[in-house]
Amino acid sequence: MSETLTAWQLIASGDATLFAIVGLSLAVSLTAVVVAGIVGLPLGAILALTRFPGRAAMVVVLNGFMGLPPVVVGLSVYLLLSRSGPLGELGLLFTPTAMVTAQALLVLPIIAALTRHTVEDLWLEYREELSAMGVGWASRVATLLWDSRFSLVTVLLAGFGRAAAEVGTVMIVGGNIDGFTRTMTTTIALETSRGNLALAIGLGIILILLILLVNATAWGVRVWAVERAG
Amino acid sequence: MRAPASNLPLVFDDVSLSAGATTILDRICLTIGLGAPTLVLGPNGAGKTSLLRLCMGLLSPTRGVVSWGGRIDGGPERRAILFQKPVMLRRSVAANIAYGLAHAGCPRGLRAQRTEELLDSVGLSALASRPARRLSGGEQQRLALARALARQPEILLLDEPTASLDPAATRFVEEIILATAHSGTKIIMASHDLGQVRRLAGDVVFLVHGRLFEHADASDFFDRPATPQAAAFIRGDLVL
Repeated sequence: MSETLTAWQLIASGDATLFAIVGLSLAVSLTAVVVAGIVGLPLGAILALTRFPGRAAMVVVLNGFMGLPPVVVGLSVYLLLSRSGPLGELGLLFTPTAMVTAQALLVLPIIAALTRHTVEDLWLEYREELSAMGVGWASRVATLLWDSRFSLVTVLLAGFGRAAAEVGTVMIVGGNIDGFTRTMTTTIALETSRGNLALAIGLGIILILLILLVNATAWGVRVWAVERAG
Repeated sequence: MRAPASNLPLVFDDVSLSAGATTILDRICLTIGLGAPTLVLGPNGAGKTSLLRLCMGLLSPTRGVVSWGGRIDGGPERRAILFQKPVMLRRSVAANIAYGLAHAGCPRGLRAQRTEELLDSVGLSALASRPARRLSGGEQQRLALARALARQPEILLLDEPTASLDPAATRFVEEIILATAHSGTKIIMASHDLGQVRRLAGDVVFLVHGRLFEHADASDFFDRPATPQAAAFIRGDLVL
């Protein structure tokens, strides 16, 4: 219990190191979700609206990739960005950019697969009406994404939860460098193995609170928006 | 807005529609021209909805040809359909109309004014900023009707638009339909309500089990039905 008490004291004191770690974690995971959303939302919607040979296989693969092991994604990005890798020239390994890239790849299948599912359900309802209104292909994608916006907020939250909670990819491609690429989850892993349980518990508490806060905010926005738009 | 060639007459030439082994429409030959509303009448499952979808071009016949003004490949620019359960987009009442206008090619600068006019014509001006999905059934039908009218259709297809409405709402919708017909839009409307058919119809298309039994002027149809099935239906007997 004394560790928990120290942890709360650490939080209350506004420890600068602690908040730098929290800030970086949030920045990396939110950026990763934004990037994955920009690619994954249209990708999922297009997959929902199109029929082509191999589509079923693609849907199955995408669904399966929702459970990609973070360490495998981390390893792949590591190989891509390492000195001898194809993108080694960029010198991105062990930077926050590398962490964003890896988390975005981790989250992309979740966002694309859940978007595909959501949009396809709505498409069944909208198909005839949009066809009768002569709505073109690109407009259909935009309309369906907009009209499923409340459900898609939950999809993005699922992606954020995954990104914020994982430790495997950021550990491998970020390297857990103190003051530069150290996030909440990598710090918790490190401090636990060092026996510094107060900091580990403190970060654990903050991580859970932040995830709750982001979800509560999104929920509030959703309720407000549903109230307005029906 | 550009004005493509006329969609009339709408001609069904020996049209059949099947889904698997089920025949939905069986060898329909039908010509619908300009004039008073054409009412498609028949018991449930007669194929009325499928006939309207073919009229709109949403379905392709399994055999035979549907043509609009002599063309078989004309786009649906000058046709509009009101489904029995219309989809309300998840946005405001006004935004639903603006959406229809945008996809009918109405210039951006005119949309606000046209939206107001259309909402006024269906009596929904006061609800313009309401979420469309919060409207009552009757209000949703009127909104969907306004959205269909936003296309300035030459042919307006209506699938039992008053099926779930109370008498007051039904009267309101029927008045809009008659006003639309008077302004030169061809109305083709499915109904199984004989009273409604008497009130609105110029001519009647009578379907049973996917087969066309009669296509006649409304007065002839009601006074001198040519088939025993039509006579039975008008009497209120069950047509099997």
